[in-house]
Amino acid sequence: MATTELDQTGTTTAARAKPAPSRKSFGGVRIYDHVVLWLGVFLMMGPLVVAFTTSSFDHVLIHRQGMQFGWGGQFAETYSTVLNQQGGFTGEVTGWLMTKNSFILGIGFAVGKIVISMLAAYAIVYFRFPFATAAFWIIFLTLLLPLEVRILPSYEVVQQLGLVNTYTGLIVPLIASATGTFFFRQFFKSIPNELLEAARIDGANAWRFLIDILVPLSKTMMAAIFIIMFVVGWNQYLWPTLMTTDETYFTLVRGIKQVMQSMIGADIPKYNEALAMAMLAMVPPVAIILIFQRMFIKGLVEQEK
Amino acid sequence: MTTLRIKNVKKVYPNGAEAVKGVSVDVEDGELVVFVGPSGCGKSTLLRMVAGLESVTEGEIELAGRVVNDLEPADRNIAMVFQNYALYPHMSVRKNLAYGLRNRKTPQNEIDARVNEAADLLQIAEFLDRKPSQLSGGQRQRVAMGRAIVRHPAIFLFDEPLSNLDAKLRNQMRLEIKKLQRRLETAAIYVTHDQVEAMTLADRIVVLNGGQIEQVGTPAEIYANPATTFVASFIGAPPMNMLEANVTGDALEIEGQSLPFPRSHRGPVRMGLRPERMQINGSDAGLNAEITVLEDLGATRLIHARLGNQEVVLSQDADLPVPSDGKISIAFRPDDVHLFDRDSGRRIDA
Repeated sequence: MATTELDQTGTTTAARAKPAPSRKSFGGVRIYDHVVLWLGVFLMMGPLVVAFTTSSFDHVLIHRQGMQFGWGGQFAETYSTVLNQQGGFTGEVTGWLMTKNSFILGIGFAVGKIVISMLAAYAIVYFRFPFATAAFWIIFLTLLLPLEVRILPSYEVVQQLGLVNTYTGLIVPLIASATGTFFFRQFFKSIPNELLEAARIDGANAWRFLIDILVPLSKTMMAAIFIIMFVVGWNQYLWPTLMTTDETYFTLVRGIKQVMQSMIGADIPKYNEALAMAMLAMVPPVAIILIFQRMFIKGLVEQEK
Repeated sequence: MTTLRIKNVKKVYPNGAEAVKGVSVDVEDGELVVFVGPSGCGKSTLLRMVAGLESVTEGEIELAGRVVNDLEPADRNIAMVFQNYALYPHMSVRKNLAYGLRNRKTPQNEIDARVNEAADLLQIAEFLDRKPSQLSGGQRQRVAMGRAIVRHPAIFLFDEPLSNLDAKLRNQMRLEIKKLQRRLETAAIYVTHDQVEAMTLADRIVVLNGGQIEQVGTPAEIYANPATTFVASFIGAPPMNMLEANVTGDALEIEGQSLPFPRSHRGPVRMGLRPERMQINGSDAGLNAEITVLEDLGATRLIHARLGNQEVVLSQDADLPVPSDGKISIAFRPDDVHLFDRDSGRRIDA
């Protein structure tokens, strides 16, 4: 009893000291904030949890009874099948292969975007060439023309170059990035001009300045863009669908649909496998964000200058 | 021998603005020349042209006997210290110092030797493996100087290097720069808008105004014989008093008062008098004026007074008494009076 009273007085003093008494405080924790947070977590994580639990059930059971809570006991079999089963018409496509393709697309996409947008921003900020500002705004305008709008001409170009069903065709047409260019341009503009002048006096040519000064300074920036772009690249669906007819180029995201489509004749779709694949497809982007979270935030909010 | 020759150099920007309007000045071996002037006077532009960071519109810049107009900054054998230090933030102090030498393909043992030498000289040896962000302002300034020293340049270029430091550190670093430059016996140009820095550091001062040289001379010369009213009021603190006066016969007439004046020039003049060269006279033989404001600066006291329709400032020892009724008579030696032409502002020596 005595301790409770002590606690209460402690809380009251703390509440008085705080300038926001309108918020209800429960032992220093704000209830409403947490209710909102929990609601958010529930709404976002709920479907994932259900998808995960359902994926451990037998597909016939899922077909009959719908999504499942609890543990179905077929976890290991399903996930092993998804990763190793040779599927598709040719019988060559495994989950591992699709994972590999997804990584190639995700990493190629992200690295390509960083390299291209960094070079574009470098040219725009540090070189005086006619219509530089106009060039920048034209790049910026491409934001108004997403892939979906220009998909037919893009396909036509890639097809004429004979790049259908290649990693090059899959990645290169996507790597031009107005957003990346914009980020790097803003960042380069914030670097004091004296640094360039000091480097010039130190005998650094344009290339050396980029490699020795700008790239190291942009490290956190590059990490942040890499994370965003890797996830975007990993989740690409429309373009890979159009560009790759050869099954050995399929990515995980496409694979999910492929599993569901395997309904031939009276077969019941392999819901469990499709869900398992969706879970697997989610792991790498989530892992990357979790691992690089700190660097990501650092890249967005603070720069080493 | 002359290290640097600036011959009739002009800078016109593409928009037609003329930043430097034909400047010629030489820097002798081992000499520290200070470019001083208000902002926009062209001093920094001139320095940047010497460094090769700005193109030269007209004229010639000759460094150690060869014309360097079209050479890249790296090929000019100069070293520059910037106002904001411009250290490479991601490199350790050691790498900062070594970067220019590495680009020049200097052998590694030579780089190490030069870096260590500079570090010892500047007492930054213990910071060599730190990043610039872990250093204080004064230490960063030393590193910036170290980066200049390791190059063994023909000339140092300082672009307001102390402006980012607090007043106390600035005085200390000013002294160190001077000692260092003396010790290295390397010519240097030092750009500043601070006339105290100019006076204390310079072997010779170049006073610039509006893209032109107003006067070149030793600090003592410039203080004693300012060539124009601009120089007179720019150098010296508090600035020189400028009074409208008239020399008639053997007398100097100011605001209806007349004093004997043994100079040969006749006619209306602008007369300059340094605040520290005027005294309050016990009798009323001097110029009669009325005190408006007193400013105590500790050791000295500034006395602002009205002389007819004109304002004057006197600087005198804070211990000396000030008349309680506010009426003073100002005395000065005729030799301390500087005469300037009212229209051109040029000095009249007659």
